[in-house]
Amino acid sequence: MADTLERVQRIIVDHLGVDPSEVTPEASIKDDLGADSLAVMDLIMELEDEFQMEISDEQAEKINTVGDVVNYIESRS
Amino acid sequence: MKLMEGKRALIMGVANKRSIAWGIAKALHRAGAELAFTYQGERLEQMVKKLVEEEMPGSLCIPCDVTSDDDIQNAFGTIREKWGRLDTLVHAIAFAKGEDLEGPFVETSRDGYALAHDISSYSLVAVANAAKPLMTEGGSIITITYMGAERVIPNYKVMGVAKAALETNVKYMAYELGADNIRVNAISAGPIRTLAAKGVKDFNQILHIIEEKAPLRRTTDVAEVADTALFLASDMSRGVTGEVIHVDSGYNIMGM
Repeated sequence: MADTLERVQRIIVDHLGVDPSEVTPEASIKDDLGADSLAVMDLIMELEDEFQMEISDEQAEKINTVGDVVNYIESRS
Repeated sequence: MKLMEGKRALIMGVANKRSIAWGIAKALHRAGAELAFTYQGERLEQMVKKLVEEEMPGSLCIPCDVTSDDDIQNAFGTIREKWGRLDTLVHAIAFAKGEDLEGPFVETSRDGYALAHDISSYSLVAVANAAKPLMTEGGSIITITYMGAERVIPNYKVMGVAKAALETNVKYMAYELGADNIRVNAISAGPIRTLAAKGVKDFNQILHIIEEKAPLRRTTDVAEVADTALFLASDMSRGVTGEVIHVDSGYNIMGM
């Protein structure tokens, strides 16, 4: 779990240019971290590559917070 | 001598390292071209500058929102000032609103239709007109299209219609600009997992269909498109204009 969270945090920091301290599990990717729809898609693609998985559009729409991302990845691995 | 030695190319449409435009930039760079890039907005500015710094330091990075005539004028003004001449223009720009890719095509709004055509099709006309006076020794203009312009790809919708307009732009522009030895061609790329493609619903499924059915039994990768762009940019293709070249593992020939 900790490992997944760290990897997700690193990708988000790298792609959204936010401070690592902001990337808490509760943080909303759009509202708190300022990602627009293109940035969210960019992020989803990075996550697909990093974790070698496909994230369907339907699943992607349900993702709101950093914690949601981690939970989804954990549930699939 | 390398294929693009001494040539100057402007690349429009890099969004990230997966972009077709970035793949083309790398191919032209390896072949000896000097490059400039345009970007739209702050987020893409950061992304493009970071990529350029890492792999092609010293290349020009110029802001250009293709919906703005002023931006286009300024961007090509900068090219004129820094280079005085342009040989190759790569246009890899498209956009449609998410809502217009979700609902039925027949419900596309007037605004959404106009926006998709403005950014994805008209922009080629506008930038070519700005590039023309700089292409004093002839030139090559390359744009990127998709089979959704020719046939129905159910989730491509207004973008397919805009790409059809883009492909016809290529023909009319090839005719007119041919008098100045400026060639205009399009590459119809098979589906590639880029940021733009992710906007198409169920994109991953489309990739699976290609893997199964295309003559080459694989999806298209950016390097394949980039090498064809290098051909179109170089003198190797000096007799080719007004063409839409499919780089799609042959998928477009299939009836089913």
